[in-house]
Amino acid sequence: MWETLFRDFSFLPEQASEHAGQVDLLYFFCVALTAVFTVLIPAVMVFVAIKFKRKSDDEVPKPVHGSLPLEIAWSVIPFVVTMVLFGWGAVLFFNYSSPPPNSLDVHVVGKQWMWKIQHPEGKREINQLHVPVNQPIRLIITSEDVLHSFYLPVFRIKRDAVPGRYQTMWFEATKTGEFHLFCAEYCGTEHSLMIGSVIVMSPEEYDQWLQTDDQDGSETPVAAGERLFSELRCNSCHNGAGGNGPSLDSLYRTRVAFTDGTNAIADESYIRESIVDPRRHTVAGFGPMMPTFQGQVSEEQVFELISYIKTLGVE
Amino acid sequence: MSTDHHSLVAHQFDDAEQQQEAATLGMWAFLITEILFFGGLILAYTIFRNKYPGAFQAGSHELNVALGGANTAILIFSSFTMAMAVHYAQLGKQKLVFWFMVGTLAFGSAFLGVKVYEYNDKIVHHHVPGPNFEYHGEFANEVNPRNVELFFFLYFAMTGVHAVHMIVGAGVLIWLMFKVRAGAFSQAYYAPVEMFGLYWHFVDIVWIFLYPLLYLIGRHT
Amino acid sequence: METTSSSLPLADKPKPNYLTASYGIKSWLLTLDHKRIGILYIITLTTFFMMGGVYAALIRLELLTPAGDLLSSEAYNRTFTGHGVLMVFFVLVPLIPATMGNFLLPLMIGARDVAFPRLNLLSWYLLVIGGLTAASALLTGGVDTGWTFYAPLSSRYANGAVLVAIVGAFIAGFSSILTGLNFVITIHKMRAPGLTWFRLPLMVWAIYATSLIQVLATPVVAITLTLLALERLFGVGIFDPALGGDPILFEHMFWFYSHPVVYIMILPAFGVMSEVISCFSKKAIFGYRIIAYSSLAIAALGFIVWGHHMFVSGQSAYLGLVFSLLTMLIAVPTAIKIFGWLATMWGGSVELATPMLYAMGFIGLFTIGGLTGLFLAAMGLDVHVHDTYFIVAHFHYVMVGSAIMGYMSALHFWWPKMFGRMYPKTLAKVAAVLVFVGFNLTFFPQFVVGYLGMPRRYHFYPPEFQIYNVFSTAGAMVLGIAYLLPLLYFPYSLFKGEKVGANPWGAKGLEWETASPPPTENFEFTPVVTEEAYAYAKEGEPVVH
Repeated sequence: MWETLFRDFSFLPEQASEHAGQVDLLYFFCVALTAVFTVLIPAVMVFVAIKFKRKSDDEVPKPVHGSLPLEIAWSVIPFVVTMVLFGWGAVLFFNYSSPPPNSLDVHVVGKQWMWKIQHPEGKREINQLHVPVNQPIRLIITSEDVLHSFYLPVFRIKRDAVPGRYQTMWFEATKTGEFHLFCAEYCGTEHSLMIGSVIVMSPEEYDQWLQTDDQDGSETPVAAGERLFSELRCNSCHNGAGGNGPSLDSLYRTRVAFTDGTNAIADESYIRESIVDPRRHTVAGFGPMMPTFQGQVSEEQVFELISYIKTLGVE
Repeated sequence: MSTDHHSLVAHQFDDAEQQQEAATLGMWAFLITEILFFGGLILAYTIFRNKYPGAFQAGSHELNVALGGANTAILIFSSFTMAMAVHYAQLGKQKLVFWFMVGTLAFGSAFLGVKVYEYNDKIVHHHVPGPNFEYHGEFANEVNPRNVELFFFLYFAMTGVHAVHMIVGAGVLIWLMFKVRAGAFSQAYYAPVEMFGLYWHFVDIVWIFLYPLLYLIGRHT
Repeated sequence: METTSSSLPLADKPKPNYLTASYGIKSWLLTLDHKRIGILYIITLTTFFMMGGVYAALIRLELLTPAGDLLSSEAYNRTFTGHGVLMVFFVLVPLIPATMGNFLLPLMIGARDVAFPRLNLLSWYLLVIGGLTAASALLTGGVDTGWTFYAPLSSRYANGAVLVAIVGAFIAGFSSILTGLNFVITIHKMRAPGLTWFRLPLMVWAIYATSLIQVLATPVVAITLTLLALERLFGVGIFDPALGGDPILFEHMFWFYSHPVVYIMILPAFGVMSEVISCFSKKAIFGYRIIAYSSLAIAALGFIVWGHHMFVSGQSAYLGLVFSLLTMLIAVPTAIKIFGWLATMWGGSVELATPMLYAMGFIGLFTIGGLTGLFLAAMGLDVHVHDTYFIVAHFHYVMVGSAIMGYMSALHFWWPKMFGRMYPKTLAKVAAVLVFVGFNLTFFPQFVVGYLGMPRRYHFYPPEFQIYNVFSTAGAMVLGIAYLLPLLYFPYSLFKGEKVGANPWGAKGLEWETASPPPTENFEFTPVVTEEAYAYAKEGEPVVH
């Protein structure tokens, strides 16, 4: 029994991305720092307890009320060390939240208690995330119900799935294999069963995997979005030909001005908001005509609409 | 030890002055906790007002400014009568203290009466958040009714918590009136009246913040 | 003031103390004496601690194996929620202030009682009512939200008795506010003649800083829980996105209270350390003023770092930067304290009595707890360890390893003062060492398994994490036994313990100048303070700063 228990003994999870290695480096630094003080401070205490042991109840040690140089030293040194940690941690954080432009967008929806994933090629899966190695993947994460958190320990990343919001993170796997996927934010009864795996494959295997048939068919999100766009009659206003709604051509990542004088960048979150709560911001030059589609489209369908809208007017 | 003290000084205090200072400081500390309590609500209001400005203006438009304004005036009067009650308590004129307390209670009750009328109006118009909420106001075509509902949720939460403070205050006031009648206070000892005065003014001031936040800001004319 | 000449000591008959002044259940349940209220709190919190401990034992037994074979998922979730709710709201928050603070504060400042004794008794009743309310929720149906009550899980999806638990926490919050308020006023207004701010024992400074947090932070969680309760009750509100609300706002409002709460737990333990370490080194605290100020600095910083719980939650990355930076700054006042205590021991006359053993254990565990906090404040690293067992280990090192060690140290230090009798010293030392060993065995492996990626609040877990959980469970058994020992020897000592005089440790401080146990009115006559705190050196020496 003990053999099986100890077989898995280790101190680090596998590193399957460059970022993971960098996080581990900071971790080692912190561990070293902790180890030094965790040895040093008790050592001093033990030394003091022996060296200055009370010999008689009458002894009166000489009082020392302070020492400015010492106090400055043990204020400034921790300050400097923690500022290093702050900077180091911040750099890693910004790396984790800034995907490279050539990333592949994969959509993730959490719901009690499963992860629903859709690839840009249209393939859908549940509780599994197949990705090609050496390809940056950007995950766009949301939730249908409560808070969840999409956690991939081998890449040292996680991000909360928040209903009503899009959150992103990215990774680039450097190692093929099958690794853990966990839900890290407590989400109700079967929280600990909301797990799965990320499967990193060679590009060839990945292509092959994309070809395999499954029950969901393989309509791409863009195609599905295009179908929805006409089914929901979005194009009766958003037709780019003087309709009641603004043209959506080349909308993605441009700046949109509103009637109240404010503006915003048309990212995924903005497009999502425009579908589910269109009256929150009205585009300058138009009236607040659009009805809400909240409740009429699922989170996946919103993703599909966005995927399609992102392609409009783009060659 | 206690035999040396005036019986109105509790045993843990050295003298009346220390007792008075402790009570005043205690009341102020309590009011600070109250500020933070209402602060949470005002924070939520600010965030959502910023998030849904149109809907909040539409909701605000449904409120009756005149009644809110009348209530503001009523509360200012009640603060005045309460201040007078404290003033006469300092002078030891118990009769006047009593009658100014009656005035305060009357104004406080008038405030709550107007509030009940306003709430009733909201119920009639289906402006109470929940499954029966409806918004067909002037800006129905421009805003998301769900967000107007959020405004009304905050309206009821903020004015409701305020009204609870008024009701508790009225209860304490009635108790104090009995104490005044029973001759419990004197020129040397009137701390409870003074402390209650602080509380009452605080509750009024909260309304002075709520009124513009809910009724006035960004109102369509 | 009364005349001092009249109080000549009576020769033979022992004077009544606060324990013997009156008898009967009623004399306790209606007491206004801060010392008796302190004892009531000790009994109450010990009860809640044991209930929370049973939950902890269930958790550890369940996690012995990766399969969820002891409890169902429903039951497991209710178990860790029960553990968290009881331990946080009903044990750790009131722990040192309500028990030791109540007993000691008026004694330490030379007062006859706290400023508002009736309010003080009301606080105890509120805690009991809140605790019983929460316990009834936990026992009838249970609560399945975790102690953090995150919306919209808690407002719409959870099916347990969430509302009742919220009401319980809300009531306990008022107990906390009133205690804090009472102490702030007491410290401001009730100090004995000559007891200036910078002559106060550091324990009083720590309680002062703690009370400020209680007064300022608790109302915010009260309104937050009220809004959450309304949302759950009526299906309307501001946290559920389906209603147009924002779950991140709940996190902000919740942590605005719940982060400072950590300092409510730990600051009084810092105060205890200063008392115990100076006494058992027979030396004045090194850097008295800077340690006093550092308590206030920690209290102040504690209010502006809550966002470090939310780096991956969807809060803006730039806001995260600010919170990360501010969090790092807390290391400075904390380091000042630790090094100050070490410097106090250096060159002292060190006696390893039980309270001192706990104090040294505290410093060791707090060092680990504090330094692992830096891992979590570094944003990029927190992304990986957030919501894993690394966090669980970290906060147990701070909240159990440090706060409860501090409480145990205090209890062993002032026990003879409270009851006039000494506990069996050797047994107490054995228990102290066992607590230290058991604690580390329980929680150290959780750092490792956390970094390996085991998420917290997991009922089932992958089998490769089992070995760490086996260690953890074994450690928990040691820890459980170690905590049971004082439950045996403390009551024993009440009857059979060796009788002690006013000052068995040779300690400084006003509480040691009155009898053990103290009389109801604390001092025969109001003490006048003429020296600095911790004046262990012989009289007449000039004080150098």
